[in-house]
Amino acid sequence: MTPISFALAHSLPEVVLAVGALALLMLGVFRARDGRDWIISECAIAVLGLAFLLLFVGTGPKVVVFDGAFIDDAFGRYMKGLALIGSMVTLVLSLDYMRREKIDLFEFPVLVLLATLGMLMLISAQTLMSLYLGLELMSLSLYVIAAFHRDNVRASEAGLKYFALGALSSGMLLYGASLLYGFAGTVSLEGIAAAIHGKPNIGVIFGLVFLLAGLSFKMSVVPFHMWTPDVYEGAPTPVTAFFASAAKMAAVAITVRVVMTAFPGVTDQWRQILIFVSILSMALGAFAAIGQSNIKRLMAYSSIGHMGFALVGLAAGTEQGVQGVLVYLSIYLTMTLGTFAAILSMRVGDVYVEKISDLAGLSRTNAPMAIFLSAMMLSLAGIPPLAGFFAKWYVFNAAIQAHLYPLAVIGVLMSVVACFYYLRIVKVIYFDEPAPGFERASPAVTAVLIVASLLVVGFSFWPGPLDVAAAAAAKSLF
Amino acid sequence: MQIGLTHYLSVAAILFTLGVLGIILNRKNIIIILMSVELILLSVNINLVTFSTFLGDLTGQVFSLFILTVAAAEAAIGLAILVTYYRNRGSIAVEDINMMKG
Repeated sequence: MTPISFALAHSLPEVVLAVGALALLMLGVFRARDGRDWIISECAIAVLGLAFLLLFVGTGPKVVVFDGAFIDDAFGRYMKGLALIGSMVTLVLSLDYMRREKIDLFEFPVLVLLATLGMLMLISAQTLMSLYLGLELMSLSLYVIAAFHRDNVRASEAGLKYFALGALSSGMLLYGASLLYGFAGTVSLEGIAAAIHGKPNIGVIFGLVFLLAGLSFKMSVVPFHMWTPDVYEGAPTPVTAFFASAAKMAAVAITVRVVMTAFPGVTDQWRQILIFVSILSMALGAFAAIGQSNIKRLMAYSSIGHMGFALVGLAAGTEQGVQGVLVYLSIYLTMTLGTFAAILSMRVGDVYVEKISDLAGLSRTNAPMAIFLSAMMLSLAGIPPLAGFFAKWYVFNAAIQAHLYPLAVIGVLMSVVACFYYLRIVKVIYFDEPAPGFERASPAVTAVLIVASLLVVGFSFWPGPLDVAAAAAAKSLF
Repeated sequence: MQIGLTHYLSVAAILFTLGVLGIILNRKNIIIILMSVELILLSVNINLVTFSTFLGDLTGQVFSLFILTVAAAEAAIGLAILVTYYRNRGSIAVEDINMMKG
């Protein structure tokens, strides 16, 4: 038994987020006028920033605390960093939007903090029990913020759909967890690996399938993606950005951890499942997005496709594959946040617009934004000098090294199909007759867009740090 | 007849299937979805408690207590979202949840 101070020292970011969320809730209840968000969002950004800095304090290779329930390792710290960046940028993007839509209530930043705390616990989960609790803390907060626009029928419909399907997915995940517990005799991920010992019985396989089905819901990969387009379209735009960035990071991270820690000896069994969902996701992401006219809906299909690409790396099942997933997620996070910053700049008069046709002729009404948004789209499509290309290169390279040639070939073909709708947006921006110009976006939103564009362009000149960090993080998992 | 592990697991599996079918096949009322979700969670609890007894290990029972707690929170949040939806739409029929499609 380790002393509690040792355990707390290894979970400092989580402790800071938990205390911060409760303190800000109190501050909001007792000090905010009519429940308005007064400086709570700014404080929440500071708390997230502090948690992010505390990630760099931990340097140990692998420490398990809280009676084997919580692990502090390089992989966890890397993914927590991504999740925290996603949350921070979401709050920065939400400041102006929430105020204009008159839903700037202090509960929003508190709920984002709690959801982020859930993500961090999820990423560090080392038993099925802590996995479930982290997942539910994240999901329950996300259900609420999906329906945060209380007077908007689309937002509450999005919340309702997300809740119903999310609860179903939690149920499936739990059923899998209960089977794993019964047939392996333990809830610890490492214990499960030891109990299976390379020869899984049918109960464990069933448990694995249910567990992966539950996690697929959270990652929104086909065939468990049905909620994604509706929820992305209906939820307030900063919330959509949160779903597409931070929530995905946590879901993919725990999937990687579960298959690598608990099922290293049964690669063949989970590899089939991952290849299946990965191919279907890439295909659906490529074809279903073609007919969309709403850009948030298009981003939903785009995110389904990108999750498919990320899972290509995981299907390889090697250290190189995990490194590919980590690099892919980092670049995907940057591109998504940049794109949502651009979507949040689409305001005509007092109304936020979200049709692709509203972007027509943007090059003539707002040339800088046209360049930045086009950079995002070309990067999402995977056009060579931009970061999106290297992300795909990492995962496909890992798949080829693992001799998964058909998967890599299908992936490349699907990314060609997906190019079509990204390039169509660039065409609408540069060659269509101008639609009414957008109002000036807030400086914070513009800054996010510019920084994301610079990172996406800069990665090809300076890929070293990300590559090294991802390699170190992937190494800690093996 | 001796009631063994298989019987308990079968009951849990049947309840789980009923819960999933309740969510998928239900065309009437969202409250029924909430009830089905509870059914799923309780079937998992049966599984866990059964395994816990047969393995002689307490972890499963602790897990099921956590699930009960989270299920209560989940039901509260589900009902709250349902109320906001009803206020905006004036209906809680499943076939009316169709503002967004495609």
